[in-house]
Amino acid sequence: MNTLLIFIAYVVLAPITGGLLTGLDRIITARMQSRIGPPILQPFYDVGKLFSKENLVVRKAQNLFIIFHLLFLILTGALFFCGGDLLLVVFAFALAGVFFILGAYRTSSPYAYIGAERELIQMMAYEPMLIITAIGMYMTAHSFNVFDIMSSGKPLLLQLPGIFIGFLFILPIKMRKSPFDLSMSHHAHQELVKGITTEFSGPTLALLEIAHWFELILILGIILLFFPNNIWLGLLVECAVFFLIVLVDNTFARLRWQTVLKAAWAATYIFGMGNIAILSFLK
Amino acid sequence: MLSEVSFLIVFPALAAVGIYLCPQDALRHWLVKIASAVIGVVSVICAFGVIKDGGLYFPAHTLWADKLIFALEALLSLYLIIQGIKHKRPLVVGLVLFQILTMIFLEFFSGHHIEAQHNLFIDKFSAIMTLIIGIIGTLICIFAIGYMKDFQHHHRDQPDRRPFFFLLLFVFLSAMFGVVFANNLIWLYFFWEVTTACSFLLIGYTRTEEATRNAFRALEVNLLGGLGFVMALYILICSIGTIEMDKLFVISKFAALAPVALLSIAGLTKAAQLPFCDWLLGAMVAPTPVSALLHSSTMVKAGVYLVLRFSSILQGSYMGLVIALIGGVTFLITSLIAITENNAKRVLAYSTIANLGLVILCAGIGTAQAVWAGILLIIFHAVAKGLLFLCVGSVEHRKHSREIEMMEGLITSMPTMATLMLIGMAGMFLAPFGMLISKWAVLKALVDVSPLLAVLVAFGGAANLFFWVKWMGKLLLAINPPTGEEKNVSGEEFFSLGALAVLTVVACALFPCISTYYIEPYLLGHYGLSVSMSSGNMTIMLIMLGLILLFPLISINFDRSTKRVAPYLGGANTDTIGTFKGSLNNSRPYAMQNYMLEEFFAEKKLYPWGLRISCFLLIVMFALLLFK
Repeated sequence: MNTLLIFIAYVVLAPITGGLLTGLDRIITARMQSRIGPPILQPFYDVGKLFSKENLVVRKAQNLFIIFHLLFLILTGALFFCGGDLLLVVFAFALAGVFFILGAYRTSSPYAYIGAERELIQMMAYEPMLIITAIGMYMTAHSFNVFDIMSSGKPLLLQLPGIFIGFLFILPIKMRKSPFDLSMSHHAHQELVKGITTEFSGPTLALLEIAHWFELILILGIILLFFPNNIWLGLLVECAVFFLIVLVDNTFARLRWQTVLKAAWAATYIFGMGNIAILSFLK
Repeated sequence: MLSEVSFLIVFPALAAVGIYLCPQDALRHWLVKIASAVIGVVSVICAFGVIKDGGLYFPAHTLWADKLIFALEALLSLYLIIQGIKHKRPLVVGLVLFQILTMIFLEFFSGHHIEAQHNLFIDKFSAIMTLIIGIIGTLICIFAIGYMKDFQHHHRDQPDRRPFFFLLLFVFLSAMFGVVFANNLIWLYFFWEVTTACSFLLIGYTRTEEATRNAFRALEVNLLGGLGFVMALYILICSIGTIEMDKLFVISKFAALAPVALLSIAGLTKAAQLPFCDWLLGAMVAPTPVSALLHSSTMVKAGVYLVLRFSSILQGSYMGLVIALIGGVTFLITSLIAITENNAKRVLAYSTIANLGLVILCAGIGTAQAVWAGILLIIFHAVAKGLLFLCVGSVEHRKHSREIEMMEGLITSMPTMATLMLIGMAGMFLAPFGMLISKWAVLKALVDVSPLLAVLVAFGGAANLFFWVKWMGKLLLAINPPTGEEKNVSGEEFFSLGALAVLTVVACALFPCISTYYIEPYLLGHYGLSVSMSSGNMTIMLIMLGLILLFPLISINFDRSTKRVAPYLGGANTDTIGTFKGSLNNSRPYAMQNYMLEEFFAEKKLYPWGLRISCFLLIVMFALLLFK
């Protein structure tokens, strides 16, 4: 019963919070660029308008992939917030991402194709760090279960500083922020054509936007997991991280994919694996 | 049960002779089908029987069987020596001579006083292997009927040696059953050598220069493993005084470690781990059913089966850790190399080596949780990889190419084949399918014992994700593909492919049952404790499986009403599909090709590193053996 309540609360609240955060992001970004920016509810207006547009496709099956992308993202988030197994969360997250990429491949369009290939490289770049994060949490909290980790009461951040840094490093990839926004930039400042989403239009694009809100909340949820002893501190750090990512987004240009892959794996290796090595020697 | 077990060893061999002697193509095909059906049914009966009876050891009361096996072994050695001399391969001759002379010494001078109490046995682990050989193996044999007809059609310049081909397939099945049922290690060694010989003959089937060269390469490496086996037998007979597998678990772990390590080396060669793995890549010249049967679903599994059998002895030892490291390094390096490969069969071969590495990793760790993961890996890998190999074979005959780039638009030109391939690939790396369940279990097993090894798996897993999704995307992408290319795929081929695809899905749905009735009791017997996935996680996996299954159902009739437009080409579209307006206003075709990431993961760069690391680890292994 309790799980069902959390599930409903998650499905309702996640997109609202995610949308508001995106609106906030746009305002902060605008201020950094000396503009006033849109109202905070602008993402919702955008999505509403997208739903009223015509749904154009190149290949008939392409939109089904996006529906499944959203479906599995919701499932991943539900798994996380209802206290599932963190490793399974990572795997389900990958599955959702794969659906998105396959949808872009299916459109058979050159721009979307390049976007899909780049998204795949990004995925390969961040995937090890996600698994290492789960492993690190297991080593300190002795469980993969999200609720067990949350109720462990230990200051995980103190034992996992390297993993936290590594996780922050891959965060811009997942949030589609510069310098790691290879496949599709969330803001239009350096995009040629809209990358992996080139051939998705109207209502399908709206679904992608909503999917991104769910994704955002899930990522922020994982950051909160580093602070099981003090949720408020966690939320505070989260605000700081969010601001930092927006700042980096506005100060850096996009990097080449080679650099992204190298940098992400190097960070995973040094910070992630280094942290695990130290933990296992101390044990 | 003894009758079923001996039936499974003897019947395929007899059927093989019948099939070989059969004068007529159509009749032979029927014989293959009937024999396959019989083997399949008896394996299922056998496997179900084990649920009730548990592990069974059959007392030996037939002296003539020992004699027969020794005589056959001598004949086999003689044949290999003749082949070695004929093709001027001194290494082969030397290895075979050394092995057979050692065996003669053991048989007549040293070990004649040792008599095995139990020559054959069956337990829950062998039952799982029985199901794999009996169902997947025979499905591949049925596939081979239609495939080999096409194969001879495509290779008219070569003599039609199909009777010999099927003879080898069924002899091989018989030997595989022997490997999983043998408790007497001398018997096990005999069956082991028969699989090596079958592999050698099947790789060399086309008798081209390349095929012969690769066949000998495979033979040499596997004989090297055989050498390890013979040395293990020597130690067992001369210093421990037993030749029975079950006795190894009773004597002290310390005493058993040396022979087990040598047997593991035999296992590593057969499972094509670094530094021995190049023979498996060379073996890809063989007709595809051979690659599916021997080099992915069953024979290479005999290698990991052997190491996994003894993993409770390896557990916690440095020897076990080194073996685990070899497996882990193999998994990581071959997964990365697979990204840069464009030849479909080579990608599958590298991925096979990688996944076998994962099983070896589990076996070296040797905890109950790791063995649970290892056995699951064997099951799921056998089904999905068998399916993928066979699909690639069928596509190759239609497209006349093994290149992945040539498979563009397969979803339109060969929709059924593409769907089957997509199922196979999903089975290899996506949640909630089997391999992912196993990977979850591997990670879970590693974090408790050695989290640093889990990092290897994390990086290797990311590489797997990359090359599989890239390939899936290639099948889905369709600019202007031809249609109706799969009309002449034979019924036998579709039957086997369909059955394997269904098995890929059903194995995931049934995996809680497999775990409860087979793997957990086996672990309980060897470790005194049982592991599994929590029921909550199993439910989540099943929910995801249900959701994924909706996908093909909906996609059949999805979005008929949406408006179709041409893809965005920067405003330079032309009226013809697949072209754009070039700089001189002429129409030029566009094409898309996959990233190969050669600058990072080229085979030339990574493979030598793999060899260096694994050779170093092997030296450490020998040092541990000598200075134990």
